[in-house]
Amino acid sequence: MEPVTDLDVGPKDVHDLEVAETIEDWTGAIGPGLGPVEDAEAINVAPNWKLVWWRFRKHKLALFSGVVVIVIATVAIFPGFFATMDPHGSRSTMSFVPLQRLRFFHDGTFEPFVYGVTGARNPETLRMEWVTDEEVIIPVSFFVEGFEYKVLGFITTNIHLLGTAEGPTEENPFFLLGSDRLGRDQWSRLMYGTQVSLSIGLIAVMVSVFLGVLMGGISGYLGGVADLIIQRLIELLQSLPAIPIWMALTAALPRDWSVEKTYFAITLILALIGWTTLAREVRGRFLVLREEDFVVAAKLSGANQRRIIFRHMVPTFSSHIIAAATLAVPVMIISETFLSFLGLGLRPPAISWGVLLQEAQNLQSIALAPWLLLPGVAVIITVLALNILGDGLRDAADPYSH
Amino acid sequence: MNPTEPLLSVQNLKTYFFLDEGTVKAVDGVDFDVYPGQVVGIVGESGCGKSVTIKSVLRLTQKPGRIVEGKILFRSQRVTDADSGSDVIDLTTLDPHGKRMRSIRGAEIAMIPQEPMASFSPVHTVGNQLIEAIRLHEDVSKEEARQIAIERLHEVGMPNPEQRLDAYSWELSGGLRQRAMIAMSLSCNPHLLIADEPTTAIDVTTQAQVLNLLRSLQKMHNMSIIFITHDLGVIAQVADYVVVMYLGRVMETGPVDDIFHNPLHPYTKALLKSIPSIYSPSGTELPTIEGSIPHPFSRPSGCPFYPRCEAFMAGVCNAKDPELQSINERQSVSCFLYEEKQMQPS
Amino acid sequence: MDKIRQDERVLLEVSHLKKYFPIRKGFFKRVVGHVRAVDDVSFSINEGETLGLVGESGCGKTTTSRAILRALDPTDGQILFRTESGEIVDLAALPEKEIRPLRSQMQMIFQDPFASLNPRMNLLDIVSEPMLTIEGIKSRKERSERVAELLRLVGLRPEYMQRFPHAFSGGQRQRIVIARALALNPRLVVADEPVSALDVSVQAQVLNLMLRLQRQLNLTYLFVAHDLSVVKHFCNRVIVMYVGKIVEDAPTDELYFRPRHPYTAALMSAVPVPDPRIRSAMTPLEGDVPSPANPPSGCYFHPRCPYAVDICSQKTPELEEISPDHYVSCHRAGELELTGVVDPRQAQIG
Repeated sequence: MEPVTDLDVGPKDVHDLEVAETIEDWTGAIGPGLGPVEDAEAINVAPNWKLVWWRFRKHKLALFSGVVVIVIATVAIFPGFFATMDPHGSRSTMSFVPLQRLRFFHDGTFEPFVYGVTGARNPETLRMEWVTDEEVIIPVSFFVEGFEYKVLGFITTNIHLLGTAEGPTEENPFFLLGSDRLGRDQWSRLMYGTQVSLSIGLIAVMVSVFLGVLMGGISGYLGGVADLIIQRLIELLQSLPAIPIWMALTAALPRDWSVEKTYFAITLILALIGWTTLAREVRGRFLVLREEDFVVAAKLSGANQRRIIFRHMVPTFSSHIIAAATLAVPVMIISETFLSFLGLGLRPPAISWGVLLQEAQNLQSIALAPWLLLPGVAVIITVLALNILGDGLRDAADPYSH
Repeated sequence: MNPTEPLLSVQNLKTYFFLDEGTVKAVDGVDFDVYPGQVVGIVGESGCGKSVTIKSVLRLTQKPGRIVEGKILFRSQRVTDADSGSDVIDLTTLDPHGKRMRSIRGAEIAMIPQEPMASFSPVHTVGNQLIEAIRLHEDVSKEEARQIAIERLHEVGMPNPEQRLDAYSWELSGGLRQRAMIAMSLSCNPHLLIADEPTTAIDVTTQAQVLNLLRSLQKMHNMSIIFITHDLGVIAQVADYVVVMYLGRVMETGPVDDIFHNPLHPYTKALLKSIPSIYSPSGTELPTIEGSIPHPFSRPSGCPFYPRCEAFMAGVCNAKDPELQSINERQSVSCFLYEEKQMQPS
Repeated sequence: MDKIRQDERVLLEVSHLKKYFPIRKGFFKRVVGHVRAVDDVSFSINEGETLGLVGESGCGKTTTSRAILRALDPTDGQILFRTESGEIVDLAALPEKEIRPLRSQMQMIFQDPFASLNPRMNLLDIVSEPMLTIEGIKSRKERSERVAELLRLVGLRPEYMQRFPHAFSGGQRQRIVIARALALNPRLVVADEPVSALDVSVQAQVLNLMLRLQRQLNLTYLFVAHDLSVVKHFCNRVIVMYVGKIVEDAPTDELYFRPRHPYTAALMSAVPVPDPRIRSAMTPLEGDVPSPANPPSGCYFHPRCPYAVDICSQKTPELEEISPDHYVSCHRAGELELTGVVDPRQAQIG
């Protein structure tokens, strides 16, 4: 076969070079938002995930949120390392100790410390009242030995990021975020709560993504009776008021179940209700994609159904699914927090953000120990960060949406 | 109105889009005039800036696009210039959302959009939208406006206009909707009608209906029309005067007969040769323009067409910008081939 | 009947092809009617020929072309195809599994080169997909060698193989689509509006490429388009469709200059001639194309036809051979004197 002359370059030998430059350099219709054009060839051979990343990193706020999410996720993976005390250890004499601010410089040298606190019982209310004692300096150091914990469930160690030299005692308390009614360290409890709350959100979303893609895929690709049944099921599930259903389901969990069992049950309950929106999105994508020319082209090229779905259709919307899933995590976290707050989700001795906030349920403790509301701040930061990250991902995945 | 003075005069118009990736010079120094009663066809391929040009005239360019230079002089009958009191107004000086621009747009300069379906509200009847458009610019009662609307629909050949007034746009067929759209743009007797690819989305028989209608309406009202299209056949059938654009610049202007029978610019020549003709024998190869239209971010320096040009002159075409200048009393060309010829005798 | 069995030159014969789309309504999606997108269409294509299929939007030309390649399952009718080995198979009757090996012999070029290439795959994967799925060539090296050859064939550089579609302009993408269609040496190529999404200056390049490839590879084209000038330029024979039916089927010049069906004549006179000296009357047709869900009685064109008589609204005309190789479906085809495209010689005299 005789090749047709290369028509990409210009007609004249004399200016072949310039033509090659001008026509080779152009970067095609990649869509808006790629930033200053990088090395043109790098863009030409960039697979989609790279293009998404290039667009995403231009969105500074989303990038920052991504960093925040990574920090929070690190805490969730290694809560023991960040905790300073045993989160379950209670000290009856040290209830409602206020925050002890971490200070870094002492007499101009870098020497982290906290001031001590001294408590005295108010003779009228019989309550302990704590006063910062600037005379007492409790040195704080990094990578200290403390209580034993397991990393990822199997490596036992006792190294912590922060701690006082001899561990907290009655004389030298160390409560970064104060202590609760039972004298437990709120900082350490928050670290462990992060693990539980975040993982519930993540696992619930993973289960609902799985269910959503499966059901949405069946519904959208096969159509017919399967579509009809799944759509009616989704409508049914969405028509049920979510909050009472959650409450009913969680209330139905046996009280004597172990912490782990309740944990998984809650996750499942959240996921079972959460998959419907995702399934609809996936179904919509399938319906649109089924008619797309490149899918028809794949069929005409002899691709079988499995190849069409997994090689052609799923990759096209995978970035959307990731974005949608990122946006679903905060919803799950809020739901868990809310259920646990009402006492219907996780129950002590489990620690989650909702359980922590339960401590701040009455006006009295808020008035006396406002720092008990701090887990709420953690919830807000996490939810905001995940939402902004999800928005950024969505915009980066679909530059043509606006 | 004096027919020897232009109704609209676009002078050295530059509209740029400022993107993160760089500046796109969508319109980069465009000049043309529209005389009363004249049909001017602007023709060009994608990226030539024809749509941005008319959006600039209507002051409808949106961020990040901006008119950076040039004048758009329009002879208005409703608005006078703030300083000189003259009836010739530079539209670039008006606030695009201001009262003066709004009273020109829609009333004196009207537009037929590309997609008639998207231009009607689906929740109001065609009549209500027409009446509203009329009353926005004319001080008439509802009843009078209704009469004008019926008259306009009758004018555009809508069967049973009284009944169609109460129809919704989605109840009309494609051809009738296109007619209703034309009636809408004519509602205030504009002096200048801008038609942006009004026939690209429709079939050839409907296209013939619309083109015939526009021809007869133009004669009836002695309107000026700017007709934007990429279809040279349509241009040949409707235009009196043609502006050929490429990558934001005017390549050639002239009366339609000269453009088609005596094209001067190498781009115009090549473009005309490369369209398949209904008269050419089947199965023959067409002369082509090599290469593809450059991406707007990497516009060639000098003449934008030089990388694809048959008559490329190294060191000239890629070094300087050619100026649009008149070659004879009818045609203007921006090409160094003709600049040299002019320069030599002088 | 079955011209393909008698005439060796015939590559494809479509007979009585129908494609109805059900109209569903209500909660249980009950079928309340049918859109007759393709309504009893018969024609044949000879090997090496270029057959044009024209008509206005909604006339069923795209549905016909997709049904032939079994991108859609036809409702009824036969699609007889002469395979490479000389055997005649009915594509309409075969299950998808048995069609798959035949897909190497018939391919498609799509209208929108931005939609017909998977944006997540690079050129190598796109063009070599049929080699992988139909021929089962697992070796990446072998595939990339063949892709390089194909890219050269369509005028692209083999070095582009690692690039993704977003790196290319519309015209270049259409070349990629053509390369994919040619990957397994097809015999029949269905081109569905292959140049209508391209700029004028790029259209000619792609049309020339398709012509050259046809000569080199002895391809047979079914060319679906609405641009009558392009079809005139490109095709040997043209079929005109109206509301799911064929109204006329004739050699190109005859159809354009001596049409026998009033609809064809109207279509031809509506073409804007790119010459300001031939300002044709463009006598437009009145009214609109009827809905294929609810077509008129008798001849579907009779409500708009200036020559309609009583019989036209009562009896559906059959497609009949009025002169050698010229088929028309009109009751009055024998008596009407119609003019098609303005003849330039006459126009210039006038």
